[in-house]
Amino acid sequence: MSLRAAYDGVVAAVPVTVPYERYSIHGAHWWIGRALHEAVRVAGLRPRDIDGLCVSSFSLGNDTAVGLTQHFGLSPRWLDHIPMGGAAGVVGLRRAARAVQMGDADIVACVAGDTNAPDSFRRMLAGFSRFAADASYPYGAGGPNASFALLTDAYMRRYGATREDFGRICVAQRQNALSFPHALMKRPLTMEQYLAARPIADPVALFDCVMPCAGAEAFLVMREDTARAMGLPGVRVLATIERHNAFPEDPIQLRGGWAMDCGELYAMAGLTPDGIDVVQTYDDYPVIIMLQFEDLGFCAKGEAPAFVRHHDLTCGGTFPHNTSGGQLSVGQAGAAGGYLGLVEAMRQITGQALGAQVAGAKTALAAGFGMINYDRGLCSGAAILAAA
Amino acid sequence: MTQLAAFAAELLAGRIKVIDLTQTLSPEFPTIALPPEFGQCAPFRLEEISRYDSRGPAWYWNNFSCGEHTGTHFDAPIHWVSGKDLANNTTDTIPAQNFIAPACVIDCAREAAANADFVLTVAVIEAWEAKHGRIPAGNWVFLRTDWSKKSGAAYANLQADGAHTPGPDPEAVRFLVEQRDVLGFGVETIGTDAGQAHHFTPPYPAHFYMHGKGRYGLQCLANLDRLPPTGALIVSPPLKIKGGSGSPLRVLALVAS
Amino acid sequence: MTAKLPPPQRKNPLLPTRQPLLPPSSRSRTALGLTAAAAEGRFALQVCADCGAVQYPPREACHACLGANLPWREVPAGGALIAETTVRITADPYFRQRTPWRTGIVALDCGPSVVAHLHGDVVPDGRVRMTLRLDKSGQGVMLALPGQDTPDMQDDRQMREMTCDPKGRRVLVTDGRNAFGQAMARAFIDVGAAGVFVGVADAWKPFPGQDKLAGEVVPLDITDTDSVHRLAASLGGRVEILVNTALHVRPGGILDRRDTVTAREEMEATYFGPMRLAQAFGPVLRSRGADGTHPACAWVNILSAYALAPTPTFGAFAATQAAALSLAHSLRAELRPLRVVNALVGPLDDEWHQAVPPPKVAPAALAASVLRALRDGIEDLAVGDIAQDLLARWKDNPTTLARELAAG
Ligand SMILES: [Zn+2]
Repeated sequence: MSLRAAYDGVVAAVPVTVPYERYSIHGAHWWIGRALHEAVRVAGLRPRDIDGLCVSSFSLGNDTAVGLTQHFGLSPRWLDHIPMGGAAGVVGLRRAARAVQMGDADIVACVAGDTNAPDSFRRMLAGFSRFAADASYPYGAGGPNASFALLTDAYMRRYGATREDFGRICVAQRQNALSFPHALMKRPLTMEQYLAARPIADPVALFDCVMPCAGAEAFLVMREDTARAMGLPGVRVLATIERHNAFPEDPIQLRGGWAMDCGELYAMAGLTPDGIDVVQTYDDYPVIIMLQFEDLGFCAKGEAPAFVRHHDLTCGGTFPHNTSGGQLSVGQAGAAGGYLGLVEAMRQITGQALGAQVAGAKTALAAGFGMINYDRGLCSGAAILAAA
Repeated sequence: MTQLAAFAAELLAGRIKVIDLTQTLSPEFPTIALPPEFGQCAPFRLEEISRYDSRGPAWYWNNFSCGEHTGTHFDAPIHWVSGKDLANNTTDTIPAQNFIAPACVIDCAREAAANADFVLTVAVIEAWEAKHGRIPAGNWVFLRTDWSKKSGAAYANLQADGAHTPGPDPEAVRFLVEQRDVLGFGVETIGTDAGQAHHFTPPYPAHFYMHGKGRYGLQCLANLDRLPPTGALIVSPPLKIKGGSGSPLRVLALVAS
Repeated sequence: MTAKLPPPQRKNPLLPTRQPLLPPSSRSRTALGLTAAAAEGRFALQVCADCGAVQYPPREACHACLGANLPWREVPAGGALIAETTVRITADPYFRQRTPWRTGIVALDCGPSVVAHLHGDVVPDGRVRMTLRLDKSGQGVMLALPGQDTPDMQDDRQMREMTCDPKGRRVLVTDGRNAFGQAMARAFIDVGAAGVFVGVADAWKPFPGQDKLAGEVVPLDITDTDSVHRLAASLGGRVEILVNTALHVRPGGILDRRDTVTAREEMEATYFGPMRLAQAFGPVLRSRGADGTHPACAWVNILSAYALAPTPTFGAFAATQAAALSLAHSLRAELRPLRVVNALVGPLDDEWHQAVPPPKVAPAALAASVLRALRDGIEDLAVGDIAQDLLARWKDNPTTLARELAAG
């Protein structure tokens, strides 16, 4: 296998989180603007120093990244808009890294943000995609809860996973969230509470579901020497993958696109799964976490239930995972949910954790997954990062 | 002038009564039943234009539709083929003078009650004249059957072989037209002819002879039981329809008390 | 096992009526192919003309070869249920009224995986028969049925959202003066309708079959606005299925007629009549479209198949049928969630088609077809060989059909 070129001399820096709110009267422009403002403030830059911009959002109305340049008074020479939801962070990172590496831009701001108002989530779902409108939303209008319930049901049926197995993941993430200042869900969660939760779309119950909210996440991508000159701790991008509409012949999604590219990911990084200190999976529903554990090589296919039974997934555990609490405890701020794990990974391996710090973490894997276009998530991606 | 003034005074004093001989125009009122492959007389229909609403905020009005021979109606001579070439044979050309005339009322209510196919004959007319005097020229002759007190199916009285309702035989009609020079013939039933009149020779003699001699018909009359045998004055102007063969109308009788 | 549906209970007058909401109705134009197939009770998907790949969801290009020629074809409907869920929480108002709602993913034998509504007797990992049905929005949706018929399966709660079973419902047959209306009334009584009202116009005029007329006779003349409104005022809230059986067929082309009197009568009966019915009965039926266990559900039009293209020997009549068909299409949009069933019939076996050779549609055959359509949730049906032939020709090429009928 011939490997792609490494992202030499490039770092990601300045992890930014605009604290989430359940509902917001502000639009997505406001949330994205706050994130950019915080990024330039922390970096000590002027807005016009940003010459590359990469945006992801579901709630910009008719605007794209193009409209935002005028809105924010920016004149970038490199611009991208990534409508990939949960995969937006990884994909944004790998594109920005390549642009900076090749000199198309010097400092790229990668930002994702969404607002949330009562009923805006329903309206977003109703018009989410053509296939969804034609062939999934009219079937009970359960949205992602129902879509992931179907995947969960199929996974449980095939591999014998139990509700307790998923509960272990959710309980551990809540434990992690208790020390994370921005988490919206800060009440401890017990397995008993998890199992007794209100059913949403069988077998998915309340604590399997993320809570839609408003928020934004961002980071900057620049050359390593630039970061060093500015005194900004950065992370190197050892490897990335992305894949779309993987395994279309599978009757139902029991594996994601990571399974197609997993080998290349670790080969490019020069690591094995054992070499990863912190794992941030995309976690809108626990079943997808299990798919990532398997498809990203932490265990074999179908063995994720056993894997979670034998590991402690908390920050101090044997397999530190979703150390901020993940979307399941912090909230899902639309496309920012695709940045959450990546931003948290950057903090963990640069020693800047806002909550519990995983001791000695030097490498991290952050994965993304998104866009239930019809019956399955189409976009998957992953990045392996190392402290610079 | 003095005659009219005296008449008006009697009217105002209530010594001349006005009796309405008209059936209410309504969608349910039966019309003549013909085999369905023939053209049909339209029943009365009312369509609201507005009723103090968005279609007209301060006013209520309707469009109505019906045939010329719907409800209480007037038959002009042109209605029948026998009268098609006569002068002044349409609703708009009939002399207005003919719209007010006295009436002789032949009471056959008892006979009609006993026999729906009761036929008015010359003998019956002569018997009436023996009692009430000779029918003067220019008079309406009304056949009282109390049929107007029936409604719906009983009024139309349709059987498998057609309608069964009273009416005159051919000789009686010829007698009235040729011997008595009547203005026209009026009945309480749907047609001036008997329900089974298509079996007479000629068929439908009241239509054939009356209209053939330029005389008129009045159908679906009511309240004939409130008229004296002689002496009632009938006001019966049809709508002035250009070339019309007849028209629904209000028929009034003036009766001295 | 489907629980047998008990007869409708009398309504508690103190409780508000459940509002007739609609499920999500937005679809791409291509996806309306599902609706067209569902309306006819066919299970059809796009099939690539180049490589044979079956497509779902509906597409503009083949997922296997990118070919653009994707005609709708009937495909094998068998499959297996590979995942299921019961939706208990939804933000959609229609489904919120109806939770819990069971859906699943079915791997079809012909290829695609399909998100589908599930009949209650469909079991995990079991075989299913996939059907396309119209939902309350009038859009085609997938409904998976058990591999084999099960007892009382018509009574399934989710399936009933997509069918119009007359059992337990009250039916108004608008015209009992003709043999077709009479057969219709009899058929509804035979399948357990809770009540059958039969309209009779001109009650003063006797008619054949009067003595054997089944159902409760009510005065109704659909050519009389007042009559229609008076009946709607007394009966509108007690009718769940309306079947307009008013017929006014008269032979003759345009020149045969010499006037517009007969044509006007035809228009009164076949165009203005349904319009009056719709204006008088439509709002109250629609408002009861989600009322109780047996909500108002269907509006049935009996139309001549010559509404599609006229046969000149019945030319004037055919024009009124074209008008009536157009009216019915508009009613579909306005009467949702009611199903507007258009039964296109060939020449009827009645006194107005004496000169027309067989095959002709007999009253009992028409009634049976309408009942089947209601039970299966079909909205477009052609009754009899002639109507089916005309429909097939019309679908093939409407211009050609008009020309070939004009040529006699
Ligand atoms: Zn193909």
